[in-house]
Amino acid sequence: MRAGPYGTTDLPVLLPFRPGARGAAEPAPGLGAAWGVALALVFALSAGIAEAQSDAGRPSTVATILKWTPLLAQGFALNILISFLAMAIGTAAGTVLGLCQISLLPPVRTGSWFMTQFFRNSPWLVLLFYCMLLLPFEVNVGGHIVPLPDWFKATVGLALPVMANVSELVRGAIRSIPFGQWEAADALAFSRRQILWMIILPQCVKRMTPPWMNLYAILTVATPLCSIVGVNEAMTLTGDALAAEARNELLVPMYAYLLLWFFLYCYPISRATVALEKRFAVK
Amino acid sequence: MSPAGHVTRTEAPLIHIADVHKSFGKVEVLKGVSLDVAKGEVICVIGPSGSGKSTLLRCINALVPIDRGSIVVDGQEVNDPRLDKLQLRRKVGMVFQQYNLFPHRTAIENVMMAPIHVLKQDRREVESRARRLIAKVRLEGKEDAYPGELSGGQQQRVAIARSLAMNPEIMLFDEVTAALDPETVKEVLVTIRELAEEGMTCAIVTHEMGFAREVADHVYFTDRGVIVEHGPPREFFAQAKDPRTRQFLSQIL
Ligand SMILES: Nc1ncnc2c1ncn2[C@@H]1O[C@H](COP(=O)(O)OP(=O)(O)OP(=O)(O)O)[C@@H](O)[C@H]1O
Ligand SMILES: [Mg+2]
Repeated sequence: MRAGPYGTTDLPVLLPFRPGARGAAEPAPGLGAAWGVALALVFALSAGIAEAQSDAGRPSTVATILKWTPLLAQGFALNILISFLAMAIGTAAGTVLGLCQISLLPPVRTGSWFMTQFFRNSPWLVLLFYCMLLLPFEVNVGGHIVPLPDWFKATVGLALPVMANVSELVRGAIRSIPFGQWEAADALAFSRRQILWMIILPQCVKRMTPPWMNLYAILTVATPLCSIVGVNEAMTLTGDALAAEARNELLVPMYAYLLLWFFLYCYPISRATVALEKRFAVK
Repeated sequence: MSPAGHVTRTEAPLIHIADVHKSFGKVEVLKGVSLDVAKGEVICVIGPSGSGKSTLLRCINALVPIDRGSIVVDGQEVNDPRLDKLQLRRKVGMVFQQYNLFPHRTAIENVMMAPIHVLKQDRREVESRARRLIAKVRLEGKEDAYPGELSGGQQQRVAIARSLAMNPEIMLFDEVTAALDPETVKEVLVTIRELAEEGMTCAIVTHEMGFAREVADHVYFTDRGVIVEHGPPREFFAQAKDPRTRQFLSQIL
């Protein structure tokens, strides 16, 4: 627990407001770049070693990897789609849940608090399994049978922890707004709903954006979990490609290649997060 | 001079406070406070820190519910579970020590928000009124500045304009100059004095004794949740009777 200008919080995602204090999941900018370079080196080196180990006459490592790249890209696109959808669903549901956490009705407050804590402290993989098992493979929407593909069920599974984290983010941000804002708005005869939507939440958006982006990056790197429940995303397809090639020396370069993809996607987001934090900190 | 001469004390008071008690947990902050404010009257409340001055003001517009007693504002009983708080607060403007402007809105938007969204008035009409009010508090040219770009004194004057935009019948000021630099205190006090001279009913909590003496029709001294002594400023400051009042005045003057 740390007390800061925004009050005491146990929320790692809220900490990045203070320059110098960052969530553990997010590397410092310099470190991040170093990690990227290291990754590229591992990839190049392992590709080289694989090349040396390959039997003569087989296609080169680089050529093999390039051959599988379109398939990998297809899988990666699914990772991104899952991350977008899970983030959208999680943010919408989490905002509602976060608002419920500050409800004036004690049962609503307690219920939403419990739900938030439950999903925030459950392993993502377990939630993923539960969604795969508990959601039906099709739903009846007003007479129409809509199939629920596996990847969508997995998306819902990932949206749950996102929802819980956003809920905490919303609650923490609302609580960090000085009480005087409520009091002044009360004195001007605004209703509670108006105060929330016109005065409190707009101020929260700015405070929430960097940790929200941080959460998105964490979600994105968690999407390969879906491969465990059989979704054909990049991780699964990499495994398939390796199985098809049946060449052990390809293991390390192929997975390093996949890591590189995720890194290239997530690193700019984390840099943007840091830049935003800095900009907001100045003001 | 103050508009004291115009106040007819025979009318029903605009604010009637009788035997108000308020506790926070075990601490009794108001222990039977009674006072009346007539329409157009300006009262100043002075007293040591923690004596319940802010709490008293907050009770008048129902920001703080009272435990016992009665507060009637313009015929409306505040200590009534069926009270329409929003209705009451439209009549009572309040300005705070910490300004509490909405930082994500410009000065003029701060002034315009409540009339548009609470009173549902026409935006263009509100805007021209807001411009007049900003001019009135001498901030022409600052309409589009964000609160963070204004000095404390300027922010406090925007806060006054924001309250006035609701056309309140009563204004409450809670130590509105306490957070300001000495140089900017005056500009805010001038604004309040003009309001008082225009006949606005004001309840002012202040540590500025010179200002209280000049602007008030009646001065109240509170200590530990009770009104120890009160009177017209000339008598009050010249010949306080209670030893606690004297001691407080000797410390502060
Ligand atoms: N919301 C609250 N919850 C608990 N205690 C409170 C609350 N508001 C005020 N108090 C307490 O009530 C007492 C009176 O506070 P109040 O703010 O009315 O005093 P004041 O006369 O305005 O003092 P100051 O000159 O320092 O502003 C103080 O002891 C304060 O700690
Ligand atoms: Mg006070």
